[in-house]
Amino acid sequence: MTPPFNTPPAQPQPANTAGKKRRAALFPLRLFSIDHRIIGIQYLVLALISVVIGTVLSLLMRIHLVWPDWHLPLHGPILPEDYLALVTIHGTIMLFFVLTTAPQAGFGNLILPAQIGARSMAFPTLNATSFWLTAAALLILLSSTFVPGGAAISGWTAYPPLSAVASSGPGQALGMDLWLTSIALFAIASTVSSINTLTTIIRNRCNGMTWERLPLTVWGWFTAALLSIIAFSVLLAAILLLLCDRHAGTSFFLPTGDLVNGVLHQGGNGSPLLWLHLFWFFGHPEVYIAILPGMGLTSMLLANFSHRRVFAYRTMILTTLLIGLLGILLWGHHMFVAGLNPFASSAFSISTMAIALPAAAKVLSWLATTWRSKPSYKTPMLFALGFVSLFLTGGLTGPILAQPILDEYLHNTFFVVAHFHLIMAMAGIFGLYAATYYWFPLLTATSQHPGRLFSEPLGNLHFWCTLVGAYAVFLPMHLTGLAGEPRHYAQLTGIPGPGGSLSPAGALLSNTLPLNRFITYAAIFLATAQLVFLFNLVRSLRKGDFASSNPWQATTLEWHPSMNPFPPPSASDTPEMSVHRAPCHYQSNRSEVSFLPQWEPVPLALDEIEDATDTKPE
Amino acid sequence: MPATITPNKTEQDRKRRVEDHDNGSGRRPPTDKRTGGGGDNDNWNDRPNGRRGPYERLHRYRMGLFFALASDLMFFVAIVSTFFVNQSTGHFDPYNHYVNEWLPTTIPPILWLNTAVLLLSSAAIEFARRNMFRETDVMDEWLGLGKPITRRALPWLAATIALGILFLTGQWIAWRQLALQHIFFKTNQSSHFFYLITGVHAVHLFLGIAGLLTAFTGLYVSRQLETRQILVDGAAWYWHAMGLLWLFLFTLLVFFQ
Ligand SMILES: [Cu+2]
Repeated sequence: MTPPFNTPPAQPQPANTAGKKRRAALFPLRLFSIDHRIIGIQYLVLALISVVIGTVLSLLMRIHLVWPDWHLPLHGPILPEDYLALVTIHGTIMLFFVLTTAPQAGFGNLILPAQIGARSMAFPTLNATSFWLTAAALLILLSSTFVPGGAAISGWTAYPPLSAVASSGPGQALGMDLWLTSIALFAIASTVSSINTLTTIIRNRCNGMTWERLPLTVWGWFTAALLSIIAFSVLLAAILLLLCDRHAGTSFFLPTGDLVNGVLHQGGNGSPLLWLHLFWFFGHPEVYIAILPGMGLTSMLLANFSHRRVFAYRTMILTTLLIGLLGILLWGHHMFVAGLNPFASSAFSISTMAIALPAAAKVLSWLATTWRSKPSYKTPMLFALGFVSLFLTGGLTGPILAQPILDEYLHNTFFVVAHFHLIMAMAGIFGLYAATYYWFPLLTATSQHPGRLFSEPLGNLHFWCTLVGAYAVFLPMHLTGLAGEPRHYAQLTGIPGPGGSLSPAGALLSNTLPLNRFITYAAIFLATAQLVFLFNLVRSLRKGDFASSNPWQATTLEWHPSMNPFPPPSASDTPEMSVHRAPCHYQSNRSEVSFLPQWEPVPLALDEIEDATDTKPE
Repeated sequence: MPATITPNKTEQDRKRRVEDHDNGSGRRPPTDKRTGGGGDNDNWNDRPNGRRGPYERLHRYRMGLFFALASDLMFFVAIVSTFFVNQSTGHFDPYNHYVNEWLPTTIPPILWLNTAVLLLSSAAIEFARRNMFRETDVMDEWLGLGKPITRRALPWLAATIALGILFLTGQWIAWRQLALQHIFFKTNQSSHFFYLITGVHAVHLFLGIAGLLTAFTGLYVSRQLETRQILVDGAAWYWHAMGLLWLFLFTLLVFFQ
């Protein structure tokens, strides 16, 4: 692994210690570093490991759904409890350790300080602590697979009463405890990391970096961090209560007279609905924590590669904050079928549909920014456009599910799976890919050489395969969902009815089987396409083309020549910077593109100013 | 490499300059009142971060603490909401009657005494905190003329620690008293909450006492005045927040059961 960008040379090394240098690269002594760039890389590596595991698990699920008799090597047939454990661990890993960790903590650490002209994060030691807590949380989660009974089987939402009763199924004893411990640790780590992000943004900005000049990515990180500190501690409280229910004899979530797995639970007077309230008060903002940084980045990339200003910059800041605010007011739409008061359902339905307004405003700004420009279709731009596309297609089904009546029918079907995978998982991953391709030169600059670029042809191949794959997997899921295919069912085929005939359910599902086969093939294709990315990554790390200090003609501070120099300075020597304007000042007439970075003082040669027809002053 | 834009005249005139000590937010006077001490127009705000004057670190730590407390507040909001929800939740018995089995836990009277002790400790830590910032003494310490600040703050800090431990002991006695009446964590719905709320708050106070002890030792160990100020200031705000929180929780347990 090449050291991250701008890494201070650890020690002045003698010239003839190539072996030592290689060993240092393999086992960096800076493993416990408090440098925010190293911590950012560590987060990204953690996310990469997690995404590989999560993808393999999802493939196992897809394969099991269409070939239930398939024997997993070294394991045997996939039993229903194994399938549910796959669902649980896949969801948990992907949501927490990939979609929350990589954009917010990973790229946040790597890029955010540079983008606001700060020397470092506000609390470096705390930053390192939160990374190691996250790593510990991941280890605990993975270890739960190997305990007696296996991993938890109640999905990433861990609904009681099943999750509150250890005897409710295999994996609900020690596996569930480990799951809860892992998520509690993760909640603490994310809170700490968000405190760090917020303080950094508020107090460590450089001279001239006002709120209105903050890049929209920073606004994304800021809002996501605000959501984190509000939401994660509620989850932590809920987990504490659930652990009390499991081990201390309370019954916050256990109703009275509940029969679970043959055991009658008396004396409780709690309410499983309460868990749903607490969990989704966290769970829905969590979705925005995952997607907001990607939204900010998309705005910046579209402007950058279209050589335009971001359309309605201040409104975009406002919509970011508004999405954050509404994001914490609409958790109840996950509970329409759970027995929510109809009046509450209406209120949550309205607040859920209200979020379509700021979201639509964002899409409009993205379209207006690129409209009739002549974008350069580099890979980061392609992924940003892919983000817009997936955000739209995934978002369109949001208002459908926001209506209690429609949700009643669709809630526990694959329609919902398709909805949130398109808008959150796929758009989120596209945001991550855009970030990786875009900032790769900053990730790879070392004291030996400047940053490298990804190979463009391979990047294009990766993009098109991923886009086609994403739609091929998740669009048909809407159809199987509409046909009634339920979620969390280990086996869809061969459900016998009375007298050996197919039951109505079995008949229904046998109709969707061809489509399900197609989805599985497409999923395998989609996963295979990611090998192109991994190959490109390994190849480009070693011999990608060297980038100039500002290869994309970006205007934000992380591309300041002294932030990406050769050789890079140590963090404490980062030169002082001043910011003179909002980002994304571009101007293009026909063939020539000109741009004005945030750090460039206003040139004083006034005479040369001629028609700046294409851009209006803000 | 493409050319760089030159903005047009209106744009140039409109934009205020950083060099004029205007951060562009439009709400500050053109020259900031806070001077960096370097003569004309030397402004703390113009300095690179990390060198923005004596209280830069202090303000940063305060802000971090503020966000941590905000997130902690949400933790307690969640628990208190659970309290109200469970309090009003009942079930239907076999005769189809709705039963609500909430039996309020009687609050041991010693809690009133504990609350008074906690309030006293909050006052004590505030004296300690203010003494850390007495301007003449700060000057003395900076100039190396003894340690007047530390001498002033130490007794108050020690008093806070003692009162804090007294409060926790009082809470423990309250638990013992309830246990003697055979009211335990498991006993009924309301006792779950009594033990949970006091317990979780006590854990927070343990952390607070750890912080106070750190500040206390910091007054001896740390050579930098700013570090000492940060330690006492952070411990104080945390302690105040926990005191305030206790008032809310206590009101809840006494009047809203
Ligand atoms: Cu939701």
